[in-house]
Amino acid sequence: MQISIRRVNNATIVDVSGDIDLANSPEMRKALLHEVRDDRKPRVVLNLSQVRYIDSSGVASLVEGLKASRDSGSRFILVGLSGAAREVLQLSRLVKVFEIYDTEVEALAV
Amino acid sequence: MSRDLLLKIELLSDPKALYVVRGAVGRLAETLGFAAAECRSVVRAVDEALTNVMRHCYCGRLDQPIELYFRRLHRRSKAGRQKGLEVLLCDRGPAVDQAKLRGQKPGELRPGGLGLQFIRQAMDAVDYERVGHTNRLRLVKYLPSEKVHRGHEERS
Repeated sequence: MQISIRRVNNATIVDVSGDIDLANSPEMRKALLHEVRDDRKPRVVLNLSQVRYIDSSGVASLVEGLKASRDSGSRFILVGLSGAAREVLQLSRLVKVFEIYDTEVEALAV
Repeated sequence: MSRDLLLKIELLSDPKALYVVRGAVGRLAETLGFAAAECRSVVRAVDEALTNVMRHCYCGRLDQPIELYFRRLHRRSKAGRQKGLEVLLCDRGPAVDQAKLRGQKPGELRPGGLGLQFIRQAMDAVDYERVGHTNRLRLVKYLPSEKVHRGHEERS
């Protein structure tokens, strides 16, 4: 898994690629919570378009990011879900819980 | 019901091994004739079961033994003959509290418990037993039924 972080206007975009599993989901969790909780960014956009696999620990990290954003009054947005990411969120029935957009442009426009 | 051993994997409880195991399980399921979505289901179930062992049975220790046995299954039912895959996952951690094997309700917004939900959704049977000092988790996934025709020999 690789993580890179970009700033666009007042938003932070976190690009994640590869497989997210127990070996690396703590790293993603740490990065997300840092942006949401510590840096208090008003909008954190997580780009999952290049994710090949995501397990329950990865989904749990997304849930933690969402909860932290609700606590801090910011927005936590998922964008460009890969087939693997969408399938897992559908299985967990969490698709409707997250704010999800197809493209980064849409996520930044709303 | 008959069982043929197809593959045995021995690994240590290091999460870095998960990527390798997923690759092997996906290829195995594919060669047995599972469709792409079913292959992903089997891979997810095995991955989540291993993750649970690493996190909860071995509490994050990286050097503990895990064994995986993959067997081909055959069974006859009223619907016809069915082939399938049995995965037996063995670890030497403390006995699992079965009350904790309930998992999370779908759609529940809390981190944790999703792995068991994924395993149950993916497989046709999920059984746990403690044998001596070993936890054994048995996962079974069947292929769609084949009609049995008279005079045809069953092949493995």
